[in-house]
Amino acid sequence: MFSNFHPNPVTLLAYTIYLSFAGALLQVVLPKGKNSLSRWLALGTAVAGLAIGVVAFATSIGQGLVTIIDVPWVPSMGIHFLLAADGISRVLVLLTGLAAVAGVLFSWNIERRVNAFFAFFLALIGGVYGVFLSFDLFLLFVFYEIAIVPKYFLIAIWGSTRREYAAMKLALYSFVGSAMVLIGLLAAYATAGSHSTGLVALAHANLSVSFQMWCFPLVFTGFAILAGMWPFHTWAPTGHVAAPTAASMLLAGVVMKLGAYGCLRVGIALLPHGLDPWGFSFIGIGSWRDVFAVLAVIGIIYGALVALAQTDFKFVIGYSSVSHMGFVLLGLMTLNQIGMTGAVLQMFSHGIIAGLLFAIVGRIVYERTHTRQLAELETMHLSKRLPFAAWAFVIAGMASMGLPGFSGFVAELQVLIGSWVANPWWTAAAGIGIVVGVAYTWRALQKAFFSDVPVHAHDHPHENGHAFAAITWPEVTGVTLLAGVSLAVGIYPRILLDTIEPAVKALLAGGAQ
Amino acid sequence: MNYSDLFRVTLPETMLEIAALLVLVADLAFLRKAGLKARVFSAILFGILGCGAAFWALQYSAGSGYSFDGALVLAQGGTALVAQAGILVLTALTLLILAGEDFTRHIGEFVAVVLMAAAGGMIVASAQDLLVIFVGLELLSLGLYILTAFAKTSGKSAEAAIKYYLFGGMSAAFLLFGFSYLYGLTGSTNLVEIQDALLSQGPSPLLYVAWILVVAGLGFKVAAVPFHLWAPDTYEGAPAPAAAFIASVSKVASFALLITIGASWHSIFQYSFNGDSGEYLRRLHSYAAIWSSTAAILLVVAAASMIVGNLAALAQVSVRRLLAYSAIAHAGYMLLGIATLPHNLTSPAIFIAAFNRILGANGTSNAVLYYVLTYGLTTIGAFGVVAVVERATGSDRMDSFLGLHKRNPVLAAVLLILFLSLAGIPPLVGFWAKFNLFAAVLGVSAGPIPFALVALAVAMSAVSLYYYLQVLKRAYVMPAVDETPIKTHPVTLLVLVAIAGAVVLAGVFPTLLQGWIEAAYR
Repeated sequence: MFSNFHPNPVTLLAYTIYLSFAGALLQVVLPKGKNSLSRWLALGTAVAGLAIGVVAFATSIGQGLVTIIDVPWVPSMGIHFLLAADGISRVLVLLTGLAAVAGVLFSWNIERRVNAFFAFFLALIGGVYGVFLSFDLFLLFVFYEIAIVPKYFLIAIWGSTRREYAAMKLALYSFVGSAMVLIGLLAAYATAGSHSTGLVALAHANLSVSFQMWCFPLVFTGFAILAGMWPFHTWAPTGHVAAPTAASMLLAGVVMKLGAYGCLRVGIALLPHGLDPWGFSFIGIGSWRDVFAVLAVIGIIYGALVALAQTDFKFVIGYSSVSHMGFVLLGLMTLNQIGMTGAVLQMFSHGIIAGLLFAIVGRIVYERTHTRQLAELETMHLSKRLPFAAWAFVIAGMASMGLPGFSGFVAELQVLIGSWVANPWWTAAAGIGIVVGVAYTWRALQKAFFSDVPVHAHDHPHENGHAFAAITWPEVTGVTLLAGVSLAVGIYPRILLDTIEPAVKALLAGGAQ
Repeated sequence: MNYSDLFRVTLPETMLEIAALLVLVADLAFLRKAGLKARVFSAILFGILGCGAAFWALQYSAGSGYSFDGALVLAQGGTALVAQAGILVLTALTLLILAGEDFTRHIGEFVAVVLMAAAGGMIVASAQDLLVIFVGLELLSLGLYILTAFAKTSGKSAEAAIKYYLFGGMSAAFLLFGFSYLYGLTGSTNLVEIQDALLSQGPSPLLYVAWILVVAGLGFKVAAVPFHLWAPDTYEGAPAPAAAFIASVSKVASFALLITIGASWHSIFQYSFNGDSGEYLRRLHSYAAIWSSTAAILLVVAAASMIVGNLAALAQVSVRRLLAYSAIAHAGYMLLGIATLPHNLTSPAIFIAAFNRILGANGTSNAVLYYVLTYGLTTIGAFGVVAVVERATGSDRMDSFLGLHKRNPVLAAVLLILFLSLAGIPPLVGFWAKFNLFAAVLGVSAGPIPFALVALAVAMSAVSLYYYLQVLKRAYVMPAVDETPIKTHPVTLLVLVAIAGAVVLAGVFPTLLQGWIEAAYR
């Protein structure tokens, strides 16, 4: 009876969304006080999502765009509940699964309103899965906006430094960005004849060049705000610092990638003529492509330089996220195979690495030392008292710097090669960013863990002089998972590149595939 | 004068009036000695039964309207049917919110006035004649003035009622004056005949004066800028069920009226198949000339309402005033839908196609109706929550909501859903209503001005998230000052949960309500 029943495992990907939201709902109805049950259920939900992502990824290598589900939602307007996955989506779904599992692991010590925390967390994860898997523009937008509200509450309730301000700033910046995208969406839908909101249909709708010329920067900027493009990035460091560890990991790791993904899937794929030369050029800038590439490069250098000047450990990581996202946006603007492949790989790589960095700084160091000020950490000699954290940060720092052997190197190298082909000056400037990246990472590493400042008993008002709490199993598991993935991809990048490259090729060839 | 036809068409209104009388009789004659609870129960029960009977009676009135001397006086089907059904449902919900309220002992009178005002709203929604419009509007408005003043022990209630009444009286005078000019220009009070005459005459200065006066009168009803100044005080002072009624039913009736006035230029089409193409083109150009300036006035009012409503709400500390300014902003979005003009008037075929989009499926009138119905539903829920918190804490300031998630988690969840829907967050119905409306506006008319206004509307929507989050922040994030649980009347809680559920359901499955509205047009 079941001999004909061969569902494509990729179609299981829809369950990542459903399970996450179901898990969130389950957390809401759980009786209060059952913290342990809440944690394990959340972990189970996250692991289930990861497992589905891995299975779908493994069984679909070599396949192009796979439609998962296509149900008419509002038939009279051509809106469909259309989920589909190409190589880029599958890689990013994998990233989300990893970030979700790591996030739950690093939130194991939360004691206050645990149900609500994991409910918002899982709702955010569900929204993120939804964006990566949507192939209908309206549906993509719905999931994109669904992700905004949980972010606000996660930061406002469980955050630290200036959390209410940071949460509101993040929510409003994200909402303004999505408002810009909505205007572009409505304009594109109406101009294409109001027949359909499917990405494939809109890509083939032959929108006029003049329309694309104004719609592209609007939509791209709207998404790029969430991707942390300079000068709209200021919500990111504030928000990441204020957020609780798991939320920072998700925000820097995955949510910023939502913006970059939108830039790629909606901006570049649907409105490619928006990147055409204008016909005139001003100080070397002759198209929106040049504009956004320059902004990306500025972001790389600016983020790195500002990170170098920070006194708060978490701010260093926050600004480094802005800098690394600049590489993603630069890669997207190269508009060639290798640069854009590098951009997608950098999305994955930075997602893992940022998660790892925030986990170390937030959960492992801050929860024990109760300070993030580098000046105070200098006096604590954490390399002796928290050796696990020190070594974890060495590994994470190497990955973040772009050292060969880790995923960041492969990604950044491809972006730089791609941008050299497009415009050598961008590469030169981005190269400066890499050098400064080494500087701020080493500075933070040295100050926080390996400093030579002598210990004075009265210098640590925050810690009680005893040994720090032992490293717990969720922390070890989380660090191993993330560092291991980054190392694996760094040593054998083909596991991901084999999936990304064909998808990028198809996207460059004819709009959304 | 066909009285049986008139009776058939006004059967729903008659049901409401009978129910009002029954409520009064039961309360004044039989329940004088009974406790307040029994009287509230009986009044609400009769009220709901009346609404149900009127809903059932809609099937008889639908089909064909009532005509006097060959001219349609009361329409049925289409806009009228949808609006009337919506009014009845929203009235029933308002009555249910009344359970547990203690602002007055004269519960029978309150419910009777609500029902009579609802009957006025029904007449407004189906009126096709200037005089009938005025009668309906006055019946609705007088009821609303009385309802606003019902909390006799509250000074604010009396103040709000006086302000509302004075404003309303002036606006009614303006409206009647504008109507008299329209009569003077065209010699008829029937909407279709007026439009017919105006199209053959073409634009004239007197027409613009008349139109401005009419916009002043109707703009007051929907709380559009600059006729909005009554709204914050009225929403603040009126008892919660009255404010909910004003914010929902009165808006539905007024927008149905605006749709009737703005979109029913049927007579153009009379000439399209008579072979009289010269006359047709002349009327087409007349239409363009008239409607482009009248629409421009509506667009200005819409833009101003969006801007003033959202920006003023940012500064509010009282949640009721916040809801009032947000009502002004939402009225702005809806007026954008009313003001849409088919962009391409160069050829009759294109015009007809665009015009059919206004009237037909996915047209702006459908979208406006969808928006106002769902907005009314959400607002009733919002006022229900505010009423409960007010009763428990004594004030409606934002800080009374502190720690609501601990004091009554279900109420806090309902508040979360309703306010996020008002802000336009998917997958709630508020987002779909906005998207539908803006897509419809852009689908009918393309060009820089509609795009710019839709962009303005979306931008203002983004601004609105801030002030809704301020209240939600108090409810969920900030520490509570007082952690005693807040009790709600079980009926109130049930109704609020049902409204929140409907908001989520209609947002996730938009075709449910949308399909029903489209079916009513066929």
